[in-house]
Amino acid sequence: MSVEKRVRFRSVWLPWVLIAPQMAIVLVFFFWPAGQALVQSLQVQDAFGTSVQFVGLENFRNLWNDETYLASFWTTAQFSVLVASIGIVIALLLATMADSIVRGALIYKTLLIVPYAVAPAVVGVLWLFMFAPSVGIVSHALRSVGFEWNHLLNSNHAMALIVAAAVWKQISYNFLFFLAGLQSIPRSLIEAAAIDGAGPWRRFWTIVFPLLSPTTFFLLVINVVYAFFDTFAIIDASTQGGPGKDTSILVYKLYYDGFKALDLGGSAAQSVVLMTIVIALTVVQFRYVEKRVQY
Amino acid sequence: MNLKSVVFATALAAAAPAFAQTDIQFWHSMPGALGEWVNGLAKDFNDSQKQYRIVPTFKGTYDESMTAAIAAFRGGNAPHILQVFEVGTATMMASRQAVVPVTKLMADAGLKFDPSVYVPAVAGYYTAPNGQMLSFPFNSSTAVFHYNKDAFKAAGLDPEKPPKTWPEVVRAAAALKATGHKCPLTTSWISWTQLENFSAWHNVEFASKRNGFNGLDARLQFNSALHLRHIENLANLSKQGLFVYKGRAGTADATFVSGECAMYTGSSAAYGNIKRNAKFASGISTLPFYPDVPGAPQNSVIGGASLWVMSGKKGDEYKGVAAFFDHLSRPDVQARSHQQTGYLPITSAAFDITDKAGFYKQNPGTDVSVTQMIRKTTDKSRGIRLGNFVQIRTIIDEELEGVWAGKKTAKEALDAAVRRGNEQLERFEKANKSL
Repeated sequence: MSVEKRVRFRSVWLPWVLIAPQMAIVLVFFFWPAGQALVQSLQVQDAFGTSVQFVGLENFRNLWNDETYLASFWTTAQFSVLVASIGIVIALLLATMADSIVRGALIYKTLLIVPYAVAPAVVGVLWLFMFAPSVGIVSHALRSVGFEWNHLLNSNHAMALIVAAAVWKQISYNFLFFLAGLQSIPRSLIEAAAIDGAGPWRRFWTIVFPLLSPTTFFLLVINVVYAFFDTFAIIDASTQGGPGKDTSILVYKLYYDGFKALDLGGSAAQSVVLMTIVIALTVVQFRYVEKRVQY
Repeated sequence: MNLKSVVFATALAAAAPAFAQTDIQFWHSMPGALGEWVNGLAKDFNDSQKQYRIVPTFKGTYDESMTAAIAAFRGGNAPHILQVFEVGTATMMASRQAVVPVTKLMADAGLKFDPSVYVPAVAGYYTAPNGQMLSFPFNSSTAVFHYNKDAFKAAGLDPEKPPKTWPEVVRAAAALKATGHKCPLTTSWISWTQLENFSAWHNVEFASKRNGFNGLDARLQFNSALHLRHIENLANLSKQGLFVYKGRAGTADATFVSGECAMYTGSSAAYGNIKRNAKFASGISTLPFYPDVPGAPQNSVIGGASLWVMSGKKGDEYKGVAAFFDHLSRPDVQARSHQQTGYLPITSAAFDITDKAGFYKQNPGTDVSVTQMIRKTTDKSRGIRLGNFVQIRTIIDEELEGVWAGKKTAKEALDAAVRRGNEQLERFEKANKSL
C-alpha cells in the first residue's frame, strides 16, 4: 500500500553500534538462558547443584515415556486455541464498539485496559474466588439456577475457569491493538461505502476486517505465545492442573517440576520441547497464515 | 546523602556495641501469628546474650522458601538456618554437601545435645540410618479428627462421643446427612491423612524398606488390600454424598471452620484457627480406624518442619547457630511453643510441663495429637521418608480425584498412583546414586 522507504547508512560500523544495545539484551536475556536450558536438559542434578551428572537424552526419554506428559499436549492445544480465539473475538467486538462510542469513550477504554495491569497469579485468585464451589459468588448464582458448578472434580468446568481467567487478562492487550488498528482505517473509505449503501455488517466484513488483518495476525501469534508461556501462574493459583491432570498444560508442568518439585533437568528438557513447539508454530504462522494477510 | 541520613548513620554507629555481633540468617515459612512466635523465639535468644543475633525472615510458603534457599545457595549466599517441611526431608538428606548435620554442629560447638529427649516419632523422622540426627526438630503436627459438636447435637448424636472407628464415622455421617447436612465428612491433605497416617495408624507400610528409612530403593505399597478397602469405602461415601472432596492441600480447613462440613481429618495445628474463627463448639478426636485390623490403632506420623543448617559458613557463625538450638532445646521454651502454637510438644519434658500446668484440662482436645504421637513406634509407623515426595503427593491427589469424579475405580487409581509414584522413586534413586 505504501511506498517503501529505505535509509542507507554510509558507515559500516554505525548500524552495528545502533543495534548493539538491543542485541546485548537479546543475548543476555534470551539466548543465554535458552543455551543454559539446553545444557541442563542433558543433565541430572540434585536440588542444590552439588552433584551434576551428564545423562544424554534421558530426560527427554522420561518425558516420552510419561503418558501424562503426552496427554498434556492435547490439553495445551485445546487451551491455546480457546484462549487465542475467544480472546481475539471478544476484544475485536469490544474495540469495534468502543470505536463508535462518542461520549465517555475514555472511561470505557480505560476500564477495558485495566485487567492488563493485574498480575497473572492475582487473576487466578480473583477468578477462583468467584467460582469457588462452596463460597464463590458465581458458583452460588449458578447453583440457584440449578447448575451444579464444581471445577474441583469436573474437568470441563476447570478448563472453562482457566480459559476465562486467561482470556480476561489478555483481552485488554488485544483490545488496545484492535482499537489502534481501527483508528488507522481511513474514515473516507468507510463513508464512501456507507454512501454506496453498504450496511454496518457489510462494511465491517469487506473493509474493516481485511484492513485489520495485519493486527489480527500479530495478535494471533502473541496470544498463542501467551497461552503457551504466560499462563502458569493463573493455573497454579486456581486449579493446580487438576482435576487429575486435566488442566495441566505444558508450561504448568514445567513450572511445577522446576520450581515446586526441584527437578531441574526434567524441567529444562520440557522447556526445550516447549521452545521447539513455539518456534515451529511461529514459522507455520508466518509461512501460511501471513500469506493471507494484506498489509 | 543528605544531612538527616548522615546524622542517622552516625547515631547508629554510636549505638552499636563495641564488638561486632555475628548475624545469623534464619529463613522460615511461618505466617501471621506463627511468625510472631518465631520472632519471639529469636528475640528471647538475642536478649539472652550479646555475641550473636538471630535474624528471622519470612520467605513465603514452605516450597517457596526452599526454592529461595536453593537459589541463594547456588549463588553463594544461603541463610544459616532454613526451615524445611517434612516432605522436603529426603531432598535435604540427599544434599549432603549443602547441609551440616545437627549432631555434628552441636559437637563442634562443644554443646550437649541429646536426641533421645525428643519424641521418637519426631526424632526418627530426622535421623539418618547411622543414627546421626541431621536436622533440628522445630514444629511438628499430626493428623487428627475434628468435628462440629453443634452439628452433632442437631443430628441427634452425642457431641461428647465422637466416632472412633470408620464404621462409626459412616453412621455419624449418615445421621448428619439425614438432618440435611450437605457435607458430613471431608479431609485436608488427602495423601497425608488418608494414606500416610492411615498406614502408620494401622501399622502397615506405605512404602517398602521401612517407608524409605532404610534406603533409596524403597517402593510404594499403598495399593494393598487394606488401603484399597479404605479408598473404596471413601468412594462409596462420596457417591452417597457422605464424603465430599474439597480440594488439594489444606483447602478443606476453611470448609470446616465455616461450618459447611461437619467432620474432617486435618492437621492438629488447625486447632488455633478453628478455636479463633469457628462460630460453633468443636471437638478433636483420634483418627478413625478399622477395628478388625490387628495392631490398630498404632501411632500417627508427623507433618510440619525442621531446621536445617546450611554448609559453607564461618566457624564462629556455626557456634551461634548451635547456641540458638541449645536455647530452643530448653524444656520451658519447648513447652511454651507447644502451648502457644498448637504444634506438638516435641520432647517428653515439654509434655510433662504442659500437663502439670493443667493446660490440657483447660483446653480439652489439645492432648489428642500428643496421645497419638507419644508412643513407641514400629518399623512400619516411624514415619515416611521418600525422595520426590512432593511429586508423589501430587500424583496421589490427581489419581484420587479420578475416584471422586467417578472416572476411575479405587483399584485403578491406587495402582496407577503406585506405578507413577515408583517412577519418581526410581528417578530419585538414580539421581542420588552416590548415597
